[in-house]
Amino acid sequence: IHHIVQNGGLYKKPFNEAFEETPMLVAVLTYVGYGVLTLFGYLRDFLRQWKIEKCQNATEREEQKDFVPLYQDFENFYNRNLYMRIRDSWNRPICSVPGAKVDVIERVSHDYNWTFTYTGRVIKDVINMGSYNYLGFAQNNGACQEAAAEVLSQYGAGVCSTRQEMGNLDKHEELEKLVARFLGVESAMTYGMGFATNSMNIPALVGKGCLILSDELNHASLVLGARLSGATIRIFKHNNMQSLEKLLKDAIVHGQPRTRRPWKKILILVEGIYSMEGSIVRLPEVIALKKKYKSYLYLDEAHSIGALGPTGRGVVEYFGLNPEDVDVLMGTFTKSFGAAGGYIGGKKELIDYLRTHSHSAVYATSLSPPVVQQIITSMKCIMGEDGTTLGKACVQQLAENTRYFRRRLKEMGFIIYGNEDSPVVPLMLYMPAKIGAFGREMLKRNIGVVVVGFPATPIIESRARFCLSAAHTKEILDTALKEISEVGDLLQLKYSRHRLVPLLDRPFDETTYEETED
Amino acid sequence: MDIKRVKDYFYWLYFQYLLITCSYVLEPWEQSMFHTITVTVFAMVLYTAYVFIPIHVRLAFEFFSQMFGGQPESTV
Repeated sequence: IHHIVQNGGLYKKPFNEAFEETPMLVAVLTYVGYGVLTLFGYLRDFLRQWKIEKCQNATEREEQKDFVPLYQDFENFYNRNLYMRIRDSWNRPICSVPGAKVDVIERVSHDYNWTFTYTGRVIKDVINMGSYNYLGFAQNNGACQEAAAEVLSQYGAGVCSTRQEMGNLDKHEELEKLVARFLGVESAMTYGMGFATNSMNIPALVGKGCLILSDELNHASLVLGARLSGATIRIFKHNNMQSLEKLLKDAIVHGQPRTRRPWKKILILVEGIYSMEGSIVRLPEVIALKKKYKSYLYLDEAHSIGALGPTGRGVVEYFGLNPEDVDVLMGTFTKSFGAAGGYIGGKKELIDYLRTHSHSAVYATSLSPPVVQQIITSMKCIMGEDGTTLGKACVQQLAENTRYFRRRLKEMGFIIYGNEDSPVVPLMLYMPAKIGAFGREMLKRNIGVVVVGFPATPIIESRARFCLSAAHTKEILDTALKEISEVGDLLQLKYSRHRLVPLLDRPFDETTYEETED
Repeated sequence: MDIKRVKDYFYWLYFQYLLITCSYVLEPWEQSMFHTITVTVFAMVLYTAYVFIPIHVRLAFEFFSQMFGGQPESTV
């Protein structure tokens, strides 16, 4: 376990992040497994090419075989020969609201996952450990749903225009003021899609002659926005402040590559919680570096807004920092608020500039009115302005669930990545056969999990990712933990070599690591 | 009851072998081919060990005892 020491007063509470190393035997066996699959993949491709076996993926017609090839067969090697074999763990259709429990439609495949047929049965009340439902607002009853239904009957569902033309409703203005108040910034702007918020607004903020310093494991939307902007992109190691400082120093000292002119702008792109690792950004250090080297910070709080911080205001509040230190605060409403869309918050001049220059504002349809009302109601509930303490209870329940779940999984002996306070819990599986086996065994026991493999993660580090929710009660978590332990014994997933002695609810401080037995 | 536990344990070991070598995800005919090849290779390793190891152990023992003892063994 890499123990992180408190950094001279920048952190007000301990920052406990751990990425245990892959055991050597497990890594070797994983490569053996991939080797076997590659050999069988070559064999099947050979049979498909020589027409001994029917080829079921897309190919050109006979008349087009002499043309320039349309489908690059080798690039899809991994897709055809591994992903297809375990494809039944993904894209499972659900037919109810994805709350703490969900109904999954049962599918069966008779030709090894090339096609699926529905058996007609619905698996009811599957414990949902895969939805990003952090505060439990994905419901089909309650105050949010009633308010949204009323707005639906008043405004209808469609907006039929962009923000700049006829799509700017009074609901959008109300929402933007509320978001600015929630975050503690001067002004905010909302967009219809979270991915489009990142990919369409970074090009409006930076251009050629600017420098973007982006984290190794940033989301595809940030990478796409950075590439579309045309700025120079440099990558620093994940959450590694020494790497970031070295890049900043080099940028200031050497300037642009050939002309040696100073960069027009330096923008640091980080995320609040990285959803594949479960790690939280070291925000105090990033802000200290940003101020020292006079650069700008773009913080993507897609997973951390609503999920971190004593009142759910995100990673800025979790570290006790001033939201005005972050230049561009971006987030999405998809995860904690149970709606759709994204927002950007910051100084008034910045947001006014984005209103005219952002591609999303000019070309994309604005948010649909019932969705806007869902966000308004849920945000007011979190802030406590609807008169109940439901919001605060949800935030506290999520924090308790997170600590309890992570502690129990570590005690059982699984390798869990990430920070102690992040509600995203990746459990390492490593071997490719265990990816498919884990997904299927958990569904047999009525628990729905998301398993992730290459290319979303490095090739040997495949994992199962649990997303905790305030809607999960302790009984649900206990049931889930019991089943996870059973499946862990069945599939031999308890790889961890550091057995922590179970704590008796003591506050987590540095001295507890002395009890580690190796 | 004990026989069932033993059989379950062997089935669990077989399941671990399937998971580690990734034959769990292969189709049945591919699994049969893989098992045949594995069993053949393993049988050849065992046979080689059976044929060669006792002779080599005896020769090594004689070599070292000659070096340290220095006296030829009597043939009586």
